[in-house]
Amino acid sequence: MNALQGTGSDPGARTDLRAAPAVWLGGTAGFVLAWFLVYRQLVPFSEWAVAHLPVEAESHLGKSVTFFIYDTPKVLMLLTLVVFGMGVVRSFFSPERTRALLAGRAEGFGNVAAAVLGVFTPFCSCSAVPLFVGFVSAGVPLGVTFSFLIAAPMVNEVALGLLFALLGWQVALTYLAFGLTLAIVSGWVIGRLHLEGWLEEWVRNVRAAAVSIPQEQLSVVDRLRAGRDAVREIVGKVWIWIVAGIAAGAVIHGYVPSELLGAIMGRDSWWSVPAAVLLGVPIYSNAAGIIPVVEALLGKGAALGTVLAFMMAVIALSLPEMIILRKVLTGKLIAVFIAVVGTGILGVGFLFNALFR
Amino acid sequence: MKDVKVLGPGCARCKATEDMVRDQAARLGVAVTVEKVTDYAAIAGFGIAATPGIVVDGTVVHAGGLPKPEDVARWLSA
Repeated sequence: MNALQGTGSDPGARTDLRAAPAVWLGGTAGFVLAWFLVYRQLVPFSEWAVAHLPVEAESHLGKSVTFFIYDTPKVLMLLTLVVFGMGVVRSFFSPERTRALLAGRAEGFGNVAAAVLGVFTPFCSCSAVPLFVGFVSAGVPLGVTFSFLIAAPMVNEVALGLLFALLGWQVALTYLAFGLTLAIVSGWVIGRLHLEGWLEEWVRNVRAAAVSIPQEQLSVVDRLRAGRDAVREIVGKVWIWIVAGIAAGAVIHGYVPSELLGAIMGRDSWWSVPAAVLLGVPIYSNAAGIIPVVEALLGKGAALGTVLAFMMAVIALSLPEMIILRKVLTGKLIAVFIAVVGTGILGVGFLFNALFR
Repeated sequence: MKDVKVLGPGCARCKATEDMVRDQAARLGVAVTVEKVTDYAAIAGFGIAATPGIVVDGTVVHAGGLPKPEDVARWLSA
């Protein structure tokens, strides 16, 4: 047990000021306070910066630059706060614990649990293969495993945090609900098809008892540190995607005429949803890069269902992910996966456009 | 002599974990053999669901994410 860090008997621990709980709690409180103070100054700051621009505010370039100046600091700040919070929450979950919760579950309830746990369990696409094999070999049904694998990358804190920041809680909540539904239904359908035989042979042959790893005791400081590490790692990795995404959004905002986009992606053209899905599959981006584009498209009169379908297709059906999954799934099973998830996304897009007129 | 296996397909974190094991072993003066296991089937055979994983003398002690240095030291000196 290492519940007490910094005691002399533990050879690895150093008594170091940075590990003191008071420093961490005080530091976190200070950080959150500073965050709110700075955030409240963002709009005046952006207004000031825009007013001093050497370009005409109503010109195409002026609109683009204004979009960029308003969005970049706002998005990065909100993302930092959301990722920190989720980093702390995620320290309560682990793939092994999630697997233990899901093993042997009946389909149906298992799919629901898997999709919800997919939102909270730490997940990295580099770990997708060990996770998949680890789940299936430990007796988690195939369809339940798929529910997890669909929800985990698609409904994550980056996507939800950015949607909330840019488009409001209604859109974030809608995305959460549709993302979970898609993961639950797609996983359930794949489970019903009984495709266990279409796994790669070596996967079927893995016989591993799920290990129980002695729980690494985490103190409050450890959890706060997990939040800080998540910020370093995730924000450090995706900020460039965000800036690129906001730049793309800024170009759309300033230069693409609304009439054109409204005609193509508006809710009156029925073919726009399938077109958005087809377009989304070969495009690879993560949630961070695509959401500023989504914001700009919506501002130009694109229908929300069409745009959400586009976003889900970009994130959930990406080529790099398929290449990783090809190590464990046969081509036939990947085709079924794409067909089921793609159909689900189509349904989400059409339903949403029909419901919210 | 401790037998340590670092389980992972070769991501940046797996490399960092391996370095951490070697550093801590050197610091503590513990003799270790460090073996990298990169084959997916072999990794799955240890029953973990997230990488990197650490196996010390046949027992899985860690799975998923970078371990804390003080925990690595504890596993090596146990």
